[in-house]
This record gives sequence, structure tokens and C-alpha cells, in this order.
Amino acid sequence: MLISFAVSSLKSRKKSVILTLMSLFISVSVLLSVEHIRLQAEASFNRTISNVDLIVGAPSGQLNLLLYSVFRMGSATNNIDYKSLTMLQQHPDVEWAVPISLGDSHHGFRVLGTSQAYFDHYQYGNKQHISFASGKPFKGVFGTVIGADVAKALHYKLGDKIVIAHGIGAVSFHKHQQSPFTITGILAPTGTPIDKSVHVSLAGIEAMHLPPAKLSKVLAAPDNTDNPLVKPDSVTAVMLGLKSKFATFTLQRELNNYQDDRLMAILPGVAMAELWQMMDSVENILRIISVLVLVSSLFGLSTMLLASMQQREKEIAVLRILGAGAHVIFMMIVTEAILIAISASIGALAFVSLTFTLAKGWLASHYGLFISANLLSWHTTFVIGGVLLATLITTLLPAFDAYRNALHSKL
Amino acid sequence: MSQSNNQSFAVELDQVVHRYPNQQTQFCFSAWQVSQGARIFLHGPSGSGKTTLLNLLSGVLVPESGAVSILGQPFSSLPARKRDKFRAQHVGVVFQQFNLIPHLSVIKNIELAAYFAGNKQSVRTSAEQLLTQLKLPMALLDTAASSLSVGQQQRVAIARALINKPEILLVDEPTSALDADARDAFMQVLIALCESMNTTLIFVSHDQALRAYFSDCVSVKALQQEEQIC
Repeated sequence: MLISFAVSSLKSRKKSVILTLMSLFISVSVLLSVEHIRLQAEASFNRTISNVDLIVGAPSGQLNLLLYSVFRMGSATNNIDYKSLTMLQQHPDVEWAVPISLGDSHHGFRVLGTSQAYFDHYQYGNKQHISFASGKPFKGVFGTVIGADVAKALHYKLGDKIVIAHGIGAVSFHKHQQSPFTITGILAPTGTPIDKSVHVSLAGIEAMHLPPAKLSKVLAAPDNTDNPLVKPDSVTAVMLGLKSKFATFTLQRELNNYQDDRLMAILPGVAMAELWQMMDSVENILRIISVLVLVSSLFGLSTMLLASMQQREKEIAVLRILGAGAHVIFMMIVTEAILIAISASIGALAFVSLTFTLAKGWLASHYGLFISANLLSWHTTFVIGGVLLATLITTLLPAFDAYRNALHSKL
Repeated sequence: MSQSNNQSFAVELDQVVHRYPNQQTQFCFSAWQVSQGARIFLHGPSGSGKTTLLNLLSGVLVPESGAVSILGQPFSSLPARKRDKFRAQHVGVVFQQFNLIPHLSVIKNIELAAYFAGNKQSVRTSAEQLLTQLKLPMALLDTAASSLSVGQQQRVAIARALINKPEILLVDEPTSALDADARDAFMQVLIALCESMNTTLIFVSHDQALRAYFSDCVSVKALQQEEQIC
């Protein structure tokens, strides 16, 4: 009865109620989005790389190296010598070394030059290995393995021949028309930047930069990766797995002081934490702003209810004479406020879910953020619970006002 | 005053004194008994305490001293929640105007009264009966109260006040917004209903033309004349 009365009463004040509802809806949406992005971004970042002990690249900053090697964001300032890769592969402490060569793109997707070791050792999430949805790793110079999103976006299937362009823009003027690659494998989705990568061999990277005359010689023997024409002389970065975790710091120091090449080794976990710390302050600011927006719309709700009290004096007198106690009047105001808050929260939940469903692809391709559109979690429940609690507290003022009003209402 | 224990009185006032906060004037009703089934015409000039008396009888106001008893119950000394419940069940009230919640339908307005009285059964049938007796079309039940004419609203207010079959009906100047014809029609159905339900009616008005409908005629001034005694 109380609820149907509150609904009817709210309907009779449509305009002010809808405006209040909108303001609350917007603020709850902002709060939910900020909280959701925060959690999802952290999870998404942390699952990108797993079980890699050191990342070695040319000296720059550790964040820069982490961003371009793991997240495929930005570009390398410099490359490291191929000889350094050989040295790392033969180093007694190193169990495996995965080379990475970046700098090219295919329809806006980054091209990653690497070796067979990538498919054997690279791990993401909770120590999961890369798996193939179909096909197998590339062989020879012109084989390529594409990520799940690449295959989906460009409608590629096994055996398709694709052309890889120089540079990293979505539109490239200088296309390597003469060096077609054949898709030998498509990877299963990982929810990491791997999905957005086109993997080729290191020799393949070299081949696509060759002048046409030399390229035709390579094309004559496409399976010969030892061809001196396609022998790489540098790579962008190397990911290392060590035989013993205890050797990590010793090897890091050794590589940072390496005489024959300028190298920098970073611990992915430490770099990740630094990246996260940087995001943390931004996040907290966003959080504070969204909470303030919520508080201000709750004040708006409270104002709306207080303002309605004057026109409802007679209504309250009628309810009182029908036998409604002052506590019933109090509950009526609280019910109205909670109804508005619940509708705003449900609306915001639907709206934010829809927005993330639509923006998912764009966030992933532009920011490397893999955000799930599923908002239903304990954290969301907690946030909405907080919103309702805050509503209850801000409604106490108009509700007590109505209560006092009810106690003194007369014929 | 020796009769104060007599259960047959619908309303009994005993040394009731009421003073509004921040005001010097005080209202004093030393002794008044209304027997059950009586129809009282209560009149008096503005400011004489008519509305104060109705507020005291409905339990919205609590006297500073003295006791208001309804149906033998010491009404004014009940705790607030019990008093509210008691009012819902035993006392019907019709105001001068603005009786109905405008955004609710007629039937919802009537259901509200039943709800606060703790009446869980469906009231639709009895509401339909009351509407017929009040000469109102049945179709009115599901229309919004705000779309009714003033005369119709006043009749619906009576239906709502009587839905819980209260022993006492308090009516405050219900005809002031009606023209002469509507007023007479209203009075006839009101008296007929009270007679058929044996409801004690206390009717407040300054329109002396209405006194013909009533068995007793009481001046509020006269009630207070005995004020000097207390």
C-alpha cells in the first residue's frame, strides 16, 4: 500500500521527479563506470603477461619498455643487436628467450616479429599458454599467425594471403605489395593485446623490408629462413624466463652493465606496479569527483522532497485523519526517495552495461583495455548499496520535516 | 459528571482544557456528553473553538488537561499509535474541502481508509453500496479524485469516512462549497446514511438553515459558558 501510494504520489509530480531521477541516474552511471573501469583495467593489465622474469630492450624508461613490448602501445626508441639475443639465448641462467620485433602494421593491427619460442613460452592470465583456435605456428619466411580479434575483424581464415604494410597507422602509403603472407594459424581469444596482433617470423619482418629485386630471390625459396638476405640484425625486445628466480636480480644487473650492447632489463611485475601507481592517483581523483556528483544529486533529491512538503501539507492532514501515524508519513517520504534511487540505479546499471558492450572493441583497440560488459559483481552490489544508504541518510531531513508536520497537522 | 462511567455515551468530555502554543486564549470544555446515535448540530461564530473541539474529538489534538472519552475509551490518554488506530476504526471525519488525495482514484482513496483501520478484506463491494446510497454513479470508482466536482468529492469523502462503519462521524462545514440545491441533496443522503448505520453524527456549521436536519443543536459558546466552572 505504502509503495503504490508513493508511486502514485511521484507520478503526480512527474516533472520534478523526472529531473531528480535524471540527475541521480547520471551520477550513479558515472560512479558505476569509474568503479568498473578501475577494477577491470587492473585485472586486464595484470593478466596481460605472466611468468616472464625479465624484459630486455634498449635503454629508455621501464614504463616505456613495458608499454611497447607487452601492451603494444607507443614505439621503441631503439632496437637491440641480434647478437645480444644470441647471447641471451645461450646464457646459462636463461631457460627461454622470446624475441619481439615491432614497427609494422596490418590494417591497424600491430605486426609482431618473433620466433617459435613465443608460442612455446609466452604466458598470460594465470600462467596460461597461448593456444591455437585453428592451424599451427608459422614455418618458413612468409607464414603468419593472427590473433582472435584480427581474424574476427578482418574475416580471415586459414590459408588466406595477406599483405603487411610498413609503419603502424591504419592507413599506410607504403605497402609491401610484393610480400604476401599466408595465414598458418589463428589463436584462441586471450583478452590481452595478443588478440590484436599479427605474428610473423623475424625473417618475415626482414623480408618485407627488402627491395623487390632481393625479395624475389627470397620468394623463390620461401622455406629457407637461414637465407642471409632475411637474417635479422636487430630485435626490439626480448622476454626471458629464467631457470631460477633467484638469478633475476643478478642477471638484471649484469645486463644493465653489458659492455657489447646498450641493454636495459626490467622486472615486469615492478614496472606494472609503477604503472598502476601512476593510474592510482588519477583513479582516486575520478572516484572523488564521482562521489561528489552523487552527493550533489542526492541533495537535489532532498531539496525536491522538501519543496514538495508545502503542497502536501493537506495531503498529510488527510492521511493523518484516516489514521496514519506520523511514522507512516515518515516512511512514505523515505519510500519515495528509495524508489527514485532504485530506479536510477537500475537505469544506470543497464545504461553502463550497454555502453561498455558497445565501447568494448574501441577501448581494446585504442587503449588496450579489455573491459567486460558484465557489471554484475559483488563490487557493483556494494556500490549500489552505498548509493541507497546515502539516499536514506539524505532523506532523513525531509522525512523528519514531514514527521513533524504530521504531528502538528490539524483539520 | 456522575455519569462519566456510563458506557452508552459516544463522546464524553470531562474538564478538557486546551491552549495552542504561543497563544493566550484557552479553550475549556468542562462537561459534555453525546449519546450514541445522536445527531448534533454544532454551531458558533468563527474562532469560537469549533474546529478545536473537532480536533480534540478526532484525537489529532491532545488536551492540556482533562479527558476525552470516545465510546467509553479514555481516548486522549492513549499512546499516539493506538490513538491513530482507534481513530481509523471508530471515527470518520469529513473536512470542509480537500478531503481526497487528488492523485489517487476514488476506490484507492476509500481503500486507504480501510488500510489504516487494519481492514484487510476487499472494500469494493461495500464501497459500491455506499456510492449507490450516496447517489453517485458506480463508474466514478476508478476515476481520479482530482477530476470530480466539489459536490461529488464531498460525497466520496462521506463514503470513505463510513467505509469502516465507524460509530462516530465528525463533519466540518462540508456544505460551504456547495450551492443550495447540492447542499440539500447532500444533507439528505448524509442523514439517511447515518440513520441506516446508526452513526453518531457531530456536524459543525455556521449555516443555521441546516439545523432542521438535526435532533440536537449545541452552541460551542454554550459549551464553553460553563468554562468559569473549571
